[in-house]
Amino acid sequence: MKIFRMLGRSIRDAFKSVIRNFSLSLASISCITITLIIVAIAIMASFNVQNFTKEIEKDLTIVIFLNNDATEEDVTSVEQRLRKIPNVDKKSITFESKQEVKEDMQKESEVFDTVLDEWDDSESPLKDTFQVKVKNVENIALTAKKIEKIDQVNTVRYGEGMVDKMITAFSSIEKVTCGIVIALVVVTIFLIINTIKLTISARRREIGIMRLVGASNFTIKTPFIIEGMILGLLGSIVPIIFTTYGYLAFYNHFDGYLFTQLIQLIKPEPFIYSTAGIVVIIGILVGMVGSAGAVRKYLKI
Amino acid sequence: MDLIRLKNVEKKYKNGVTAIYDLNLAIEKGSFTFVIGGSGSGKSTLIKMLYREEKPTKGQIIVGGLDVAKLRNTKVYKLRRKLGIVFQDYRLLPKLTVYENVAFAMEVIGATKEQTRKNVLRALEEVGLKNKVHNYPDQLSGGEQQRVAIARAIVNNPKLLLCDEPTGNLDPERSMEIMKVLEDINKTRGTTIIMATHDKEIVNRMKKQVVTLKDGHLVNFKKKGTYVDENI
Repeated sequence: MKIFRMLGRSIRDAFKSVIRNFSLSLASISCITITLIIVAIAIMASFNVQNFTKEIEKDLTIVIFLNNDATEEDVTSVEQRLRKIPNVDKKSITFESKQEVKEDMQKESEVFDTVLDEWDDSESPLKDTFQVKVKNVENIALTAKKIEKIDQVNTVRYGEGMVDKMITAFSSIEKVTCGIVIALVVVTIFLIINTIKLTISARRREIGIMRLVGASNFTIKTPFIIEGMILGLLGSIVPIIFTTYGYLAFYNHFDGYLFTQLIQLIKPEPFIYSTAGIVVIIGILVGMVGSAGAVRKYLKI
Repeated sequence: MDLIRLKNVEKKYKNGVTAIYDLNLAIEKGSFTFVIGGSGSGKSTLIKMLYREEKPTKGQIIVGGLDVAKLRNTKVYKLRRKLGIVFQDYRLLPKLTVYENVAFAMEVIGATKEQTRKNVLRALEEVGLKNKVHNYPDQLSGGEQQRVAIARAIVNNPKLLLCDEPTGNLDPERSMEIMKVLEDINKTRGTTIIMATHDKEIVNRMKKQVVTLKDGHLVNFKKKGTYVDENI
């Protein structure tokens, strides 16, 4: 009962303070708004980067060509050896015989069709192939080397070069956006500490008297913390509208792809809502931490 | 029974000044005590240590069973709820009415509205300000403002009332009014009162127990004391 009474009083005081010091509140709110917009952009960018690196990684396949003279026994022994390599995803191992490769190629174009028809099996340049996916993409080069050492394996290919570069580029983009988000959040916290400090120093006398008549630190702190949360909440309204409508417009404008078919954007439906949720939570937390930091100074004697 | 006990208390400020040297003192429940001495004698420091505005550098202070020196910062409110404090400069909130100023002390410790109302009206009646409930502090005289501060200090029924020069800003006539209010509180509520003052007249007329400090040393502790000049 008592705790509800105190909480009610705190909430009332917090709203009073927001309205009474409206110009200061507005300063804090706009400061939170700007930061949260940038934070929202960074969050959406980093999630998208994460998403398409994952997509690309999923498609990454090692192709293994066997020697031309490989017998059926050789094929089974290679498959068994492949299964023993820990980084190889066992479910993903698929085999295509020379014959199947030939049929595939013949289907693709008429030129291949006629050329390939003239070769019989013994002189065909085509090779039996395995296709394998790996569990950990970072170790793909090492796994490819291991596979090369297996008997009867002729060549191993896994799209080295371009894909590798893309993955490293994306991961560094991800790190940079992460850093920007953290830096912005810290800066906002300091700004809020300062704005709330101004409102608090106006109420310094009141806090001193509260302490003298036996208010606990918790009682003194709570209205200010709630005030910070209100500021954070108000500050996140514009960023939420921005994220939901902004991303939707962006997605529709580019038809879901950025520059190439390779870079696919995350579908907006659940994504904008979860981003908006994260933005609100960050706003409230930032307001809370900021005001708690500001009031701390006045609670020491 | 002793409400307050000080054992070998020493207070040295950070700037190197020692305000209190090796003070031993016991004050009974329900008593009325003056703490007297000239400026720099340490009487304000003593009062401040009792409500833990200052911590002693050495020794032990027990107030109503609480070891004040060991009290953590976050637990200070437990001590403050046992006592009321009155200052020379009243320390009222200018934007609140007389009633609200007194009720403030009850609201922040989570009392119900009915309880607050009952206690506030009783306290204001005791200090004789029941007809000024809706006035603001700046509409009152100094003596009246001080009486509001006293009402605020006693509204939670504290065991101990600490007064740091409560009559310092008032003329002799108003001072005697304040003293009468304090004496009534001491008698009717049984509240222990400790009052720091340098007003000779008041001490001589009240005939209460007197603690005399000089340069941080306790020089005299008399049951029915007077203000003796050579002690200062």
